[in-house]
Amino acid sequence: MLRLLSFALLLATWWIAALFVGGAKLPSPPAVLQVMIAEASSGALFLHLGATLARVALAFTLAMSLGSAIGYLMGRVKLADRLGDPWLILLLNLPALVVIVLAYIWAGLTEAAAIAAIAINKLPTAIVTLREGTRALDRSLDEMASVFAMPRWRAFRHVVLPQLAPYIAASARSGLSLVWKIVLVAELLGRPNGVGFEIGVAFQLFDTPRLLAYSLTFAAVVLVIETLLVQPFEARATRWRPRAA
Amino acid sequence: MRLEVEITGKTFRSVAGGTHDVLAPLKFALQSGEVGVLIGPSGCGKSTMLRIILGLDADFRGHVSRPPQARIGMVFQEPRLLAWRSVEQNVRLAAPDVTDAKLSELFRILELDAHRSHFPGELSLGLARRVALARAFAVEPDLLVLDEPLASLDDALAGRLRDEIAALVASRPVMTLLVTHSLDDAVRLGDRLFFLSPRPSHIVHEVPIAIPRAMRSEAALTGIRAELAALQLESK
Repeated sequence: MLRLLSFALLLATWWIAALFVGGAKLPSPPAVLQVMIAEASSGALFLHLGATLARVALAFTLAMSLGSAIGYLMGRVKLADRLGDPWLILLLNLPALVVIVLAYIWAGLTEAAAIAAIAINKLPTAIVTLREGTRALDRSLDEMASVFAMPRWRAFRHVVLPQLAPYIAASARSGLSLVWKIVLVAELLGRPNGVGFEIGVAFQLFDTPRLLAYSLTFAAVVLVIETLLVQPFEARATRWRPRAA
Repeated sequence: MRLEVEITGKTFRSVAGGTHDVLAPLKFALQSGEVGVLIGPSGCGKSTMLRIILGLDADFRGHVSRPPQARIGMVFQEPRLLAWRSVEQNVRLAAPDVTDAKLSELFRILELDAHRSHFPGELSLGLARRVALARAFAVEPDLLVLDEPLASLDDALAGRLRDEIAALVASRPVMTLLVTHSLDDAVRLGDRLFFLSPRPSHIVHEVPIAIPRAMRSEAALTGIRAELAALQLESK
């Protein structure tokens, strides 16, 4: 209820500001809604949104699985940690823009280059989070599994993975919000479709209603995915923890 | 089956760079159906010894021969349950071959019936210890290792669990190794008691208890207790 009220207040502020600033710089909510409806009925909105979501899904999955595996390895094996650490520091401090531009130069303005660039931006944070999680694993439970001769996979699934789940959830959550931001830059710089591309076009034409229509729809989709997918997963991963009454 | 332990030494390196000996040369063996009890002062290296026997610590001098196919049931000092799995799942994950009937019987004996679907975080320490016992029994072990399994339980419950351990040991051929502080547990359960010295630990006395477990009445044990108390004083 309070959230709704807060949302209504935001909308009202926008509307009033639009009245003062004028339609070209800040269009009113109905004007933006009109563009949204027009773009949706022509199908363009869904096409671009779909292209962006597909890139997010691919890059996110790639970065999460690869990053989790590397992070786990670095947490478990000292040698891997020593070897990988300098790379990790380099990757962590490389600006997203540099990675994207270099990827386009080296691999051409291709889909693969875009997805790889987005994934590489997410990769180091996934590695760091999972490495921390692996370092925090309870060794006494490893011993328990070993004494009871649990097969490797069963021990990993029931002893190790549940301990890592909160870290995976945290990494997914922060990773998704990072990927949402970077995907638009990658599209703006080198893809012929997607929300980022449309925002680029709108920017060149100073078409604020169009810009807002695309960004707000995108933001809404992000919000829905966060609430319907990420949050339930997080809740599930920590379900066994005794809750404060 | 037979467990043979022959440790010639175990040394820890401290952070400062020095070394100290935890275990001095010691040797004992255990047959199926036998209960060996390790008794010694706190910090004398009993847990280190158990880790070596269980194969968790390979960094020692000597030799442990454990039948390779031996199933191990272990009760650690702390329950070491999986907090994210229910009581029943905790037992089944360690003992996937346990039958429903066997599991029900164990839960009934250990009074865990009402807690099957609870998570370990919802249990008291006493309950969690019983789950750890259920898990160790459920694997139908050839080698049962109990590291102070009855510590911090009230007397009535400790007494009942002691009877359960005795019944399990009687029901199938199992080599049992019990670590305890309690002379009472030792004389009621043990066939052979090994009294350990402070660090570096070695066996000071080995005392067999000849009375069959079922016939160890209070009267029968009084004499043994007095004898053992004298021994314990002497070894200090």
